[in-house]
Amino acid sequence: MASPDIALPRPRATPVEALSRRDLRLGKVLLAPALTYIFLLVAIPFLLAVFLSLTNSSAGSLDFSFVGLQNFRAVVSSPVFRRALWNTFVFTFVSQALVIVMGNVLARALMKPFRGKLLVRFLILLPWAAPISLATLGWLWIFDSTFSVINWLLKVAGWLGPGQWYYWLGDPVLGMIAIITVHVWRMLPFSTVILLAGLTSIPREVHEAADIDGAGPLAKTFQITIPMMLPILAVAVLFGVVFTFTDMSVVYLLTRGGPYNSTHVLASLAFQDGVLGGDVGRGAAVAIFLVPLLVVMAVVMLRISRRAEVA
Amino acid sequence: MVGHRALILGFTAFAIFPFYWMLITAFKQNADLYVGASNTAHNPFVFNRPPTLEHLQILFNNTLYLTWLFNTLWVGGLVVAITLVLGVPAAYSLARLTGRWGERLSIGIFLTYLIPSTLLFIPFSRLVALLGLQNQLWALVLIYPTFTVPFCTWLLMGFLKTLPKEVEESAMVDGCSRVGAITRVVLPLAVPGLLTVVIFALTLTIQEFVYSLTFISSVGRMTVSVGVPVALIRGDVYYWGSLMAACLITSVPLAILYNFFLDRFIAGFTVGAIK
Repeated sequence: MASPDIALPRPRATPVEALSRRDLRLGKVLLAPALTYIFLLVAIPFLLAVFLSLTNSSAGSLDFSFVGLQNFRAVVSSPVFRRALWNTFVFTFVSQALVIVMGNVLARALMKPFRGKLLVRFLILLPWAAPISLATLGWLWIFDSTFSVINWLLKVAGWLGPGQWYYWLGDPVLGMIAIITVHVWRMLPFSTVILLAGLTSIPREVHEAADIDGAGPLAKTFQITIPMMLPILAVAVLFGVVFTFTDMSVVYLLTRGGPYNSTHVLASLAFQDGVLGGDVGRGAAVAIFLVPLLVVMAVVMLRISRRAEVA
Repeated sequence: MVGHRALILGFTAFAIFPFYWMLITAFKQNADLYVGASNTAHNPFVFNRPPTLEHLQILFNNTLYLTWLFNTLWVGGLVVAITLVLGVPAAYSLARLTGRWGERLSIGIFLTYLIPSTLLFIPFSRLVALLGLQNQLWALVLIYPTFTVPFCTWLLMGFLKTLPKEVEESAMVDGCSRVGAITRVVLPLAVPGLLTVVIFALTLTIQEFVYSLTFISSVGRMTVSVGVPVALIRGDVYYWGSLMAACLITSVPLAILYNFFLDRFIAGFTVGAIK
């Protein structure tokens, strides 16, 4: 772990580095446009989001006045918000738990050589590559109240008796199941390809050496695969969590947060309050609740990258 | 072995079922489509009547689908251009000219990719109103680079780091300036990396939904990811055949593009967690 640290800075002292002050200046010049853009259109709007959450700003006009924490007080005491906060965590946790388990199984299956592997990889990738709004429309049709193919299958299988029916998007529990299904379906390809890259990066020699030492499959899993996969697993979980936690497209298109605001998530509620409802301050306050998790995720990310830097 | 095959088949079926459903819906006659799932005698998985092109004709002749596609590509082209102009110099700088603090900075830039559209759309709606860009595609051109620039700079930086330094150094020994070496030696070598960036900037733009939904309200100005789910669904009347055709036609080319560039995409996300 420690030796490359000493080796790394060395090449910097080569003769070409005599230009390094000029290079450094050029480096700053080349970076400036991108950094300026990111500062103006990511950093400032981010601060503006915090700022707006402290005002009574509304969509109709650009006038506003400070109201302190009033938006936050109103939001926190609202049952719809609490439900949305709860849902956001439930959707993220359940779907990512399923994705990681299924993704590991699938990635291992894809490690083995078999015929048509490239085609299978392409097909499995489809849900991730398709625009999320259009893919969700496909599911909207699958979950349709009258024509749902799932209900047809359940009828044929005898699960749904005569007169029994599932209104997938018209019932809070079924609606949540539908939303989680779409999240799992969409994030599974992403996690799988990342985990697959991790699995293929474990050198064959490590497994061979373990075999020679007489390690069984269980010992190999717990002492080699899992420890060596940990950083990559963290990356897959991290992005999966961020993408699911902050998504509003699936909920917005499937259930619009209904029935009776029971399936909202933070993002879709922020959209409903801040954009459709025109209460910009309140919408901003709802969206701010996304920040703590993002900060935690960013810290985890930095840890991983720092470890990769040292290793 | 059988278990392995069943596993692969099961997962593949789960992944492609919605697309199969789009495909079969797009070509079914309405009488075959709207039967109702309580009729167990009617198998919805197959064509019970001859396939029809009616839904495709409606999609292309009677809806603004082609306009939405055109709008999307117009925005996409400009966003790609902006991404390259901002991202390529930044990526080179981070890969070659900034040393240790550049590494930190590049991680910082990548982290901005984690800031979601659902957090920024509210302040952006103020900004767009201030600039008078409501309901204009220019609003998207201005804002989309907020996610393409960080992601693509990061991807390209990783790619440039894999190019040997010696090539440009020898060009500089031969009398090229640094900038000359970049344009004449580095950029031609970086074409595969640049192509990856173009593809991902474009696909991210086509997939984007939240900003487009927030800022564009006229049907004729919508991008395809918003036009199809918002404008093609009118109240309770759904044109499921045409809707599903639109979803399928838009999604499949994107998936093919993704497949070609998948390895670079993974390399971008794994951030050196793989050695």
